[in-house]
Amino acid sequence: MSSLPPYLSDIQREIEGYGREFGLDFWDVEFEILDYKRMQEVAAFGGFPVRYPHWRFGMEFEHLTKSHIYGFSKIYEMVINNNPAYAYLLEGNSLVDQKMVIAHVLGHVDFFKNNYFFSKTNRRMIDGMANHATRVRRHMERLGIEKVETFIDACLCIENLIDPMSPFIVRKASPEREKERQEQKETQELPRIRAKSYMDKFINPPDYMDEQRRKMERERDRPKKNPPEPERDVLQFMLGNAPLDGWERDVLEIVREEAYYFAPQRQTKILNEGWAAYWHSKIMTERAVKVSEIIDYADHNASVLATAPGQFNPYKIGIELLRDVEERWDKGRFGREWNECQSLDERRTWDKRLGLGRKKIFEVRKLYNDVTFIDEYFTADFCERNKFFSFSVNDRSGNYEIDSREFEKIKHKMLFSLTNFGDPFIFVEDANYENRGELLIRHRHEGTDLQIDQARSTLAALGRIWRRPVNLLTAVEGKQKMFRFDGKEQTEKSLAS
Amino acid sequence: MALRIDPDHRRFRDIVRGKIKQDLRKYISQGELIGRKGKDLVSIPLPQINVPRFRFGSRDRGGVGQGAGDVGDSLGKGDPNADGNGKAGDQAGEHALEVELSLEELAQIMGEELQLPRIEPKGKQRIIAQKDRYVGIRRAGPESLRHFKRTFRQALRRQLMTGTYNPERPVIVPVREDRRYRSWRTTPLPQSNAVMLFIMDVSGSMGDEQKEIVRIESFWIDAWLRSQYKGLESRYIIHDAVAKEVDRDTFFRTRESGGTMISSAYKLCAKMIEDDFPPSEWNIYPFHFSDGDNWSVDDTVQCVELLKTHILPKVNLFCYGQVESPYGSGQFIKDLNEHFDEEDNLVVSEIKGKEAIMESIRDFLGKGK
Repeated sequence: MSSLPPYLSDIQREIEGYGREFGLDFWDVEFEILDYKRMQEVAAFGGFPVRYPHWRFGMEFEHLTKSHIYGFSKIYEMVINNNPAYAYLLEGNSLVDQKMVIAHVLGHVDFFKNNYFFSKTNRRMIDGMANHATRVRRHMERLGIEKVETFIDACLCIENLIDPMSPFIVRKASPEREKERQEQKETQELPRIRAKSYMDKFINPPDYMDEQRRKMERERDRPKKNPPEPERDVLQFMLGNAPLDGWERDVLEIVREEAYYFAPQRQTKILNEGWAAYWHSKIMTERAVKVSEIIDYADHNASVLATAPGQFNPYKIGIELLRDVEERWDKGRFGREWNECQSLDERRTWDKRLGLGRKKIFEVRKLYNDVTFIDEYFTADFCERNKFFSFSVNDRSGNYEIDSREFEKIKHKMLFSLTNFGDPFIFVEDANYENRGELLIRHRHEGTDLQIDQARSTLAALGRIWRRPVNLLTAVEGKQKMFRFDGKEQTEKSLAS
Repeated sequence: MALRIDPDHRRFRDIVRGKIKQDLRKYISQGELIGRKGKDLVSIPLPQINVPRFRFGSRDRGGVGQGAGDVGDSLGKGDPNADGNGKAGDQAGEHALEVELSLEELAQIMGEELQLPRIEPKGKQRIIAQKDRYVGIRRAGPESLRHFKRTFRQALRRQLMTGTYNPERPVIVPVREDRRYRSWRTTPLPQSNAVMLFIMDVSGSMGDEQKEIVRIESFWIDAWLRSQYKGLESRYIIHDAVAKEVDRDTFFRTRESGGTMISSAYKLCAKMIEDDFPPSEWNIYPFHFSDGDNWSVDDTVQCVELLKTHILPKVNLFCYGQVESPYGSGQFIKDLNEHFDEEDNLVVSEIKGKEAIMESIRDFLGKGK
């Protein structure tokens, strides 16, 4: 790895100094300078120098290269959640750009290190990815590229069927607890109605009690449903229950591990980018930028935060919302008193001089993700001030149109698109459906239908992994439907609801 | 510089070209191919492969945006979701990639699936094949073409002249100026003449979509054959109830309406062959596209007659493509099949929609005639 030339490592040290002064808490950052081709390669690999062989990285690369060549976009900065963090600078960027990127990266690294949702990610993922690459390559050498890649394709179809919260949930009690509970169950007494001893025979007749006992035993011995509760982590369920070959299990494990590694970044896009933008702007404007650089800085900063009409820029909304929170907590614009205040005039000049803003946003960066962040701090005031709107398709023209400026509607739509990354909720219901070893998954319908053709293809991919017929329960236009793929054929039937 | 990602990139390209993993092809989003840019560059939207997932039907969805505008204002046809907005945090949306391919590359892609028509050596003028022959010696050139013997001869000559040659110890060391290289000359080999006659039905029953299909298909036939043969001639005929010859531009743009008399076009076609392209000197390839809805049975009889006596004996291959129109598919293709079942220089193809274009080109040109 090429290390930074002295003038840049001086700048890095300088900016890190400012960061610490403001209270940022980050790991060491290893910067590397890349030319634009390498930059796009690394970006296509999701920020990593090496990934397992797969065509989709090639597709991503082509996309990035073309849009770079034709001037649609340019990758300024990239950073990996890893300890130490790795970040990349684009060769040939001007000094002020590099400063801005370094400051921005520090914001990200601080976020990776401290945000709760990242706390369970693998902090040595740079090695993890390299290992994954080696493992997949080894399988490919043994079995042929085609076979392994096709299986990866199938796994990618269900890559999003994970439970981002699962790393935080302790699902099984500790073995001792479990044993204790088991014993308790075994010695469980039959429920009987309290009665005087001479009356007991009549109130709890022995025949009846025997029957009850047998019933309880039957209950206990009955085969348990698998999964006992609907399971959201379909990938995990597949690993535990599908009849996979060794290499298939390995590939699926890799796909799952990487999906979980990237999940927090998808969960915190707005907050993470907003946080980084907040800090690059703070560090640059209050410390690092030189007078001669100010115009360039302003120009590039503006392009990062630009919103084209009708667009939604996570950097922009993130930084604005963080600033809004900071201001509100500085001025004490929160709590019951503030919420109940009806006087516009009073609200406009409301300032309790609490100065809690900085502390508050550090708290936000530690404890929140996009959903909770928007849910709690996206206020009607903020919405109006920043000219948010919601849009939808006009069926007649096929165009996207602004359909509302109502706060409630906008916020609902925004939260909907963030919840579960805007993907549908899918659960494994039964691994032995109809007692035939078939898989039953269910889409928890919350008002929006699935895209049926895609759902069918995905079901086929799932069938490839499960190797037995698979069934999907969902609703289409208000009617319960069961889709089924038996390895050859797609069928569907309506269910009486 | 070789990149680690190159193999992945190559694989992606192979999938898109349909070389490998045919099962993924259905996830490639279809794009439209239009126009020729510059001299030999074609810009076609290259598709993206979307792995299927459980997703919401996107049309219901919409999203949230920021900016001025009133309720009801349009945001344009494109999906404003494209840059990860609305569904913040997701990967970038579904763009088709605009990729520039050189015509050569395209011809290569097509050539993998098609065969060239067998153009017979007729006449002596137009079509030109090129041949390189090594004919001489030059002082400059690539090292791989260095003429060993001549180089050393030159070195010997120089050493003799400068007096550094010692017959006792005959060591000859060529210096840069001594080097001689083989040189070649490109000789044009006039080969044969070929002409493509594109005939399109522009009657009222041919909707915009049908014309679009014809346009795309003839464009590709045209582009591909041109890339294979220099000096290929092409002529364009449009017809409704009457036929006329038009230039290329008009052919691709015309909007006419009226009845359909296919015989008018065939008459004109026969006349053109008669006047300009004597079959003894020309390879003739008429391509006729129509929705097959001919005006009357009489006219169809006339068409069959014309084909039998005036056209088929003179052409290498007659291609008829019938485009399915909203009013259903016409009768003409059946008539042709009935009368010319035995003829092997008449090919018919039914084009059901845009997806069928490639298949139809394959029907026409896949025979190597």
